Amino acid sequence: MHGLVNRSIQCFLRDTYGPGCWAAVARAAGVGPGGFETMLHYDDALTGAMLDAAAGQLRRPREAVLEDLGIYLISHPGPEFLRRLLRFGGVGFADFLHSLEDLPERGRLAVPDLDLPELKLAEQAGPGRYDLICRGGPPGIGHVVAGMLRAMADDYGALALVDHAGATAGEERISIHLLDSRFAAGRPFDLAAGPDPARGSTPEGARG
Amino acid sequence: MTAAGGFAVGMAALDRLMPMHLCLSGTGAVLSAGPTLAKIAGAPLAGGAFFDLFEIRQPGGIATPGDLARRAGARLYLNLRAVPETGLRGLAMPLQGRGPEGGGQENGGLILNLSFGIDLAQAVRDHALTDTDFAATDLAVELLYLVEAKSAVMAELRDLNRRLQGARIAAEEQAQTDTLTGLYNRRAMDRIMAEVAAKATPFGLMHVDLDYFKQVNDTLGHAAGDHVLREVARALRAETRTGDMLARVGGDEFVIMFPGLTDPAAMEVIARRMIDRLSRPIPYRDRDCSISASIGMTASTLYDAPDPDRMLADADRALYVAKRGGRAGVAMHRPKARGG
Repeated sequence: MHGLVNRSIQCFLRDTYGPGCWAAVARAAGVGPGGFETMLHYDDALTGAMLDAAAGQLRRPREAVLEDLGIYLISHPGPEFLRRLLRFGGVGFADFLHSLEDLPERGRLAVPDLDLPELKLAEQAGPGRYDLICRGGPPGIGHVVAGMLRAMADDYGALALVDHAGATAGEERISIHLLDSRFAAGRPFDLAAGPDPARGSTPEGARG
Repeated sequence: MTAAGGFAVGMAALDRLMPMHLCLSGTGAVLSAGPTLAKIAGAPLAGGAFFDLFEIRQPGGIATPGDLARRAGARLYLNLRAVPETGLRGLAMPLQGRGPEGGGQENGGLILNLSFGIDLAQAVRDHALTDTDFAATDLAVELLYLVEAKSAVMAELRDLNRRLQGARIAAEEQAQTDTLTGLYNRRAMDRIMAEVAAKATPFGLMHVDLDYFKQVNDTLGHAAGDHVLREVARALRAETRTGDMLARVGGDEFVIMFPGLTDPAAMEVIARRMIDRLSRPIPYRDRDCSISASIGMTASTLYDAPDPDRMLADADRALYVAKRGGRAGVAMHRPKARGG
């Protein structure tokens, strides 16, 4: 599993439930004291063991933990980076949904060795109704995606119902019902945010 | 209307297809400007004169509508005179008007399509551009995405490198081995001597210093010097037992500890054998490197309470005596009185 994924889970547990929770999960799952490095690879089994340990530690179903992880990835101020990268996908939530099929390619543009599940958006009968099929990801990935979509709907200011609609043979289905794409103001998004190199504020370490 | 004769495109469609277009009359007056271009200019462009509003930086020598028409199809580098910091690139092509027979005919007017240059991110920042300022087909937003993704990944890699560098320094600090010779280093030697002294195991100690090593380094270079040091380490290992501890403690200085060996006569035999062996020429490429060694010795049985630091100092002093007696010498530490 890519270190980015494991590191995300580590940060999610630490930021949401405190360092003590993370330490207990790390111990139970056999994760080293330093935790994970984002740019290295780890055994897939370790990720599973960590999620099982987290579910046990938090006394919550694994699916619920995964969904909270998805919400955290978008809405927590720490990993703001991911939310921004997703916001580049579209002007509004519907536009964003249509861009999801490009997501694995987009991910690879940023991190060439990052394997994201294949996503397929299918419009269903009735306005604003979609099914999103996740294929080829680790089991439970649909719950993470569902959490991310909920948080992204909030981010865009859209009112949407997002539900994990079950898994079959390597596929997970998420049903989306977009009720109002301009329900709220949403969070602002500047295309070129971040440090302004031409105006002197280079990121730390960039000079050396 | 046929494809060969050209098509007419409404202004609203043109604004969406090319949000940074300009239509010029044959005299260089701006007839229309796309909404993104107008946003950057901060003032209406239509009605102005193209060459008053824009400066063409490359190719040089384009100063009139006629010049521009002659360079139709060439890539232009230009900027608005009001915002010179935002570089633009563009292309001018002739416009067609309705000829007398209704067919398309060049009317002297030009259409320009512009885009941002490589400093796209800066332009987006300076002019607070959004998704809707770009044509849906434009990859500008993908470029911005890449810039941001690249910066984030670089930051991660920089952090990772910093942590790895810290780990490497820590590992080096904890290292016990001299990387050149594979013998123990000074830190390991201090640790082992302290352990042996604490266990009250009697032991002999030799301080070996190479003679003429500096000449090898100076005349044949550091590679030859390194080769000699590795050969010396090999020779010392061959002349000692498995349980003896060998360390390189300085450039050409070695310390050897012999657990269980304290008899001065036996130690001298070993020291002489080592010096004989080290005095043989060491071949390096097509040259022979000639060195020798001097050895100062002491033994823990000469002390009431053997202290490693003191023993090392005494072995060092004995080495000095050995050197004073001529190169390739051996000397044993002589306590002034028993217990001292």
